[in-house]
Amino acid sequence: MVFAGFGGQGVLFAGKVAAYAGLIEGKEISWLPSYGPEMRGGTANCSVCISDQPIGSPLITAPNYLIAMNLPSLERFIDAVEPGGTVILDSSLIDKEITRTDITVYRVPSSRMAEENGLKGLSNMILVGKLFHELGFCSDEVLDEAITKCIPPRKASMLELNRKAVALGAAQ
Amino acid sequence: MKVLMKGNEALGEAAIRAGCRHFFGYPITPQTELAAYMSKRMPKIGGTYLQAESELAAVNMVLGASAAGVRAMTSSSSPGISLKSEGISYMAGSDLPALIINVQRGGPGLGGIQPSQADYWQATKATGHGDFQILVFAPSTVQEMVDLVSGAFDAADRWRMPAMILADGMLGQMMEPVALPEEDKSFQAGLETRGLGAAKPWAASGHQDKREHNVINSLYLTPDKLENLVVERYKRYEQVKAQEQRAEEYLCEDADVIVVAYGASSRVARSAVNKAREKGEKVGLLRPITLWPFPADALRKAAGHAKAFLTVEMSMGQMVDDVKLAIDCKVPVHFFGRTGGIIPTPGEVLERVEKLL
Repeated sequence: MVFAGFGGQGVLFAGKVAAYAGLIEGKEISWLPSYGPEMRGGTANCSVCISDQPIGSPLITAPNYLIAMNLPSLERFIDAVEPGGTVILDSSLIDKEITRTDITVYRVPSSRMAEENGLKGLSNMILVGKLFHELGFCSDEVLDEAITKCIPPRKASMLELNRKAVALGAAQ
Repeated sequence: MKVLMKGNEALGEAAIRAGCRHFFGYPITPQTELAAYMSKRMPKIGGTYLQAESELAAVNMVLGASAAGVRAMTSSSSPGISLKSEGISYMAGSDLPALIINVQRGGPGLGGIQPSQADYWQATKATGHGDFQILVFAPSTVQEMVDLVSGAFDAADRWRMPAMILADGMLGQMMEPVALPEEDKSFQAGLETRGLGAAKPWAASGHQDKREHNVINSLYLTPDKLENLVVERYKRYEQVKAQEQRAEEYLCEDADVIVVAYGASSRVARSAVNKAREKGEKVGLLRPITLWPFPADALRKAAGHAKAFLTVEMSMGQMVDDVKLAIDCKVPVHFFGRTGGIIPTPGEVLERVEKLL
């Protein structure tokens, strides 16, 4: 799966949560970030592989899942999505017709939902909630454990807000 | 349970667990997380982390620490390794062990910051001036990065020569689950109970009037003496070649075409091999784990039955000659690579492989 968006939207963090969930489930996993001149406002993405087999190349060229948090990211990766794959996008920031008919598209107004629910900066986790709801590969408890692992102790106060965001996304 | 770690951070933690307490660094993308990790960890365990004023200063601090007998390490990325090469040559000339990490990026010059394997020649043939070799290890997963660190320190101590872990930006930046080894206390404990002098009798660790003082030096103005030293060192290199070669063979037994690839590109190659096998094509992967000594024995064996080799690299084909030499050109050696920071795709590799079948 590929998580893509603006730097600062939390795409790397969202990918890390997914990777940890895979790890807890006993899968083979890898997490590969784009790196370099990325910064707040620039584009960022990460490739997360979750598999039963050892992972060869961790760089994903045809994702089964694309989580797109802005228009440039959607445009960059949409054509690469594997036929039969799934796209989850932030429809409050992306207003674009998707012409492909061989993929499933979920439009979640995650930025607006985050703002309305006092979850500033957690649009990413609303999309993670939706992703895991559709994936159905691990239990809510495993996802919760993964989130707990990814939040450093000094930011423990964020845990409840992250949980709330995931629940909101899952209900979409 | 396994933990999820970036390759760069895993290298740092593995070094600490191998008894390294002295790290001298200088930031450069894509290895900076390693230095940053050491800066956080070393003060907590009574170790030394020092960000030097330059790469040259850092490598010479490693030389000094190693001369005093402790496990010392530095890390950088391609342009920074060029700057360190002088110190590496001096360490080789002084028979000093050390661990140098190169998280390669695109070159030449400042090049780029994306993953590359274009420092193969530098690492295996010409890390600096003079007649010498260093040990070169090429991990392909974050777990293997961890596993190779303590072995690299041990081999460097055993043969009294610098060792390098040749990684790349992909391996340094990616996270994978790792099982970290228990801390190997033997090295530190050995120092405490037996003293540095017993663990490394050659070290300049203080003679306390009990022995002649040790000299660590690479300057020999008498040609005979210098020649003898170099010849002796090359006899040791022959032993290293006989004992330290390592490679992984994956589905090679019945393979008609064997892909030879190390590090990040070997992961891409493995994906391509799996795809070929799904189609019933007889393709295997031979993955050098040591680049010096080059695993010539494994290649020679494979050349007995394979019809062709294909090296896959993130460079312009720097490993091709080593493969040809290892097998005395008995079967054709082809090449596919991307460079400049581009990671090849399994599809590209498969396409190239299928032309050889």
